[in-house]
Amino acid sequence: MKYIDEYRNPRLARTLLEAIRRRVSRPWTIMEICGGQTHSIIRNGIDQLLPDTIELVHGPGCPVCVTPLESIERALLLASKKEVIFTSFGDMLRVPGSSRDLFMVRSEGGDVRVVFSPLDALQIARDNPSREVVFFAVGFETTAPANAMAVHQAAREGIGNFSILVSQVMVPPAMRAILRMPANRVQGFLAAGHVCAVMGYEQYLPLSAEFHVPIVPTGFEPVDLLAGILKTVELLEDSQPEVVNSYGRVVSREGNLAARGTIDKVFEVVDRQWRGVGLIPESGLGLRSEYAGFDAEKRFHLSHMSTEESPLCMSGSILQGVMKPDGCPAFGAECTPQHPLGATMVSSEGACAAYYNYHRNL
Amino acid sequence: MNILSACPAPLMQHETVQMAHGAGGRLSQELMQRVFMPHIQNAFLDILDDQAKLDLPPGKIAFTTDTYVVSPVFFPGGNIGELAINGTVNDLSVGGATPLYISTGFVLEEGLPLTELEAIVRSMAAAARRAGVMIVTGDTKVVGRGQCDRIFINTSGIGLIRNNTALSCRNLQLGDAVILSGTVGDHGMAIMTSREGLSFHSRITSDSAPLNAMIAAILDEVPSIHAMRDPTRGGVAATLNELASSSSVGIEIDEAAIPVKDDVRGAAELLGIDPLHVANEGKLVLVVAAHDAVKVLAVMRSSEQGRDAALIGRIVEEHPCMVVMQTALGSRRIIDLPPGEQLPRIC
Ligand code: SF4
Repeated sequence: MKYIDEYRNPRLARTLLEAIRRRVSRPWTIMEICGGQTHSIIRNGIDQLLPDTIELVHGPGCPVCVTPLESIERALLLASKKEVIFTSFGDMLRVPGSSRDLFMVRSEGGDVRVVFSPLDALQIARDNPSREVVFFAVGFETTAPANAMAVHQAAREGIGNFSILVSQVMVPPAMRAILRMPANRVQGFLAAGHVCAVMGYEQYLPLSAEFHVPIVPTGFEPVDLLAGILKTVELLEDSQPEVVNSYGRVVSREGNLAARGTIDKVFEVVDRQWRGVGLIPESGLGLRSEYAGFDAEKRFHLSHMSTEESPLCMSGSILQGVMKPDGCPAFGAECTPQHPLGATMVSSEGACAAYYNYHRNL
Repeated sequence: MNILSACPAPLMQHETVQMAHGAGGRLSQELMQRVFMPHIQNAFLDILDDQAKLDLPPGKIAFTTDTYVVSPVFFPGGNIGELAINGTVNDLSVGGATPLYISTGFVLEEGLPLTELEAIVRSMAAAARRAGVMIVTGDTKVVGRGQCDRIFINTSGIGLIRNNTALSCRNLQLGDAVILSGTVGDHGMAIMTSREGLSFHSRITSDSAPLNAMIAAILDEVPSIHAMRDPTRGGVAATLNELASSSSVGIEIDEAAIPVKDDVRGAAELLGIDPLHVANEGKLVLVVAAHDAVKVLAVMRSSEQGRDAALIGRIVEEHPCMVVMQTALGSRRIIDLPPGEQLPRIC
């Protein structure tokens, strides 16, 4: 794992910071879409090191944060069913529903298991033919290929006791929604490197052209982030609203075609609710009708569920870059990781969690 | 009754733990004779009274207890048995005590293979020998399948506190040096990456080890150590936070100085977990007056457990009760308590 060091090299980072300082002539507002990048920025204090004229705002790219409350409630309901083994990535377990989370369901006797891949969930289904195994398929384009693969494989093997609760979302429609907001202040984007690794950067070309905004696919290490910021600043200063790949070691123009193919085979584009943000048209993936048998919502006949967000939580504004976490009146007071009001405070990629963990009172 | 001198009746042989192994009858005896006694025999245990009658030198006694419920029971670099001994040895040692006696309580799940139990007992005996402590009393209970996770072990320990030491978390002084005995996160990451379901397998091994010899050497050289802790659950981050709040001081640490193995850092990165939040089972955090730091580091580095020891920070007046890290890039961030159970992230 030595390769990481190069991208954390403090000397390289300082050179890039110097270059940014030299290049910037006026204030710019840049959004990093991805929650993983938000955490890396805050954890490494990159926001403290940048010139004051560059403001980084945090985007909606945290899959845990944007999973709608209704999906969480559905997960809680399924996880409480006796016949169900509910499987999920670890960080969904702490996300608050209206009144409880998956940890509480587990302590009340629900069979909730943390897995590291949907294929592990599929294995649990093979091993427990008399139980129903549900996998909570949340995430962006990065998790979609494996989730699609699990469903595809289940179909091929005729596994009848496996289904997924889908809350799959996509990045470009969310960027479009942000750019269309009257309150939008974002002038340039750092696009999430791992999303681009799957989908390629070509999907950003129309957005950049339509809204005249530079978009720069960027990695997660400090040096990656600073290089991405420098590139965005250069494009802004030179009035060149283009897509320029700053993460060449991972991202190509068309991405991973095999993964894209798998997604297309199993999923189709649907409208999707985003927690705190609302409905974004054509922003999600749902199972195609051929795979409807693997859709947990259909399998368990889950109809509409009424949900209630905390009226104090401003996570919608935070996820759209309109507000910073420490601007939320509940931040660090009514809302802490121990008593979260919103998902952005508990997710390992949530902006509120990043501010609370690394910046509070500093 | 001394079962060792009891007449060797033809006992039933079993491959796995049975409910009857805990019922106090013939099978309980068999379990003792076959699995426990061959490994941890000693003068105290051989008597098999309901209590051990111990000779204690005069002085102040340290007494501690802990219960081990690790899953998987066997992990890269160790198993629950040696962990239970080392953990209790270390809990005594960081208080400035010389560990002397240990008790063990076993909760066994019906169906546990006896070969596994024996391997665990054997490594407990080896760990006790290595640390120079005696297992002087014990207890075994069997519960039904599903009522515990293979095996739980409780160990309690008694140690004699050295005369000229006064270690306490409340002793931190401004300007003190904070020293860490080696790389962070090895144990917790070995456990996490060896759990069922994780799609990558690493070569990370646990750092489970007794610290008493190293600590004794340190205290021989510098008796005036202010505080020592073994950063187990919650990792170095939790330990530093506890120290800072107990003494109402600030702690400042330097990211570049903290030793982390490449594999651990890589796995932590993939799982979205901070190595400072990950458990260690053979590491020491120590706070000492700055002018003694070099001496302490030299002693540590000459011992097997402290080869990678490093000065990682100092006690400061600013931000009382908080731990702040100077990042490698030159910015500052809070090192907080871990939020709860360590959960791998999605992407
Ligand atoms: S601090 Fe808490 S209440 Fe405020 S936006 Fe973040 S999650 Fe919601």
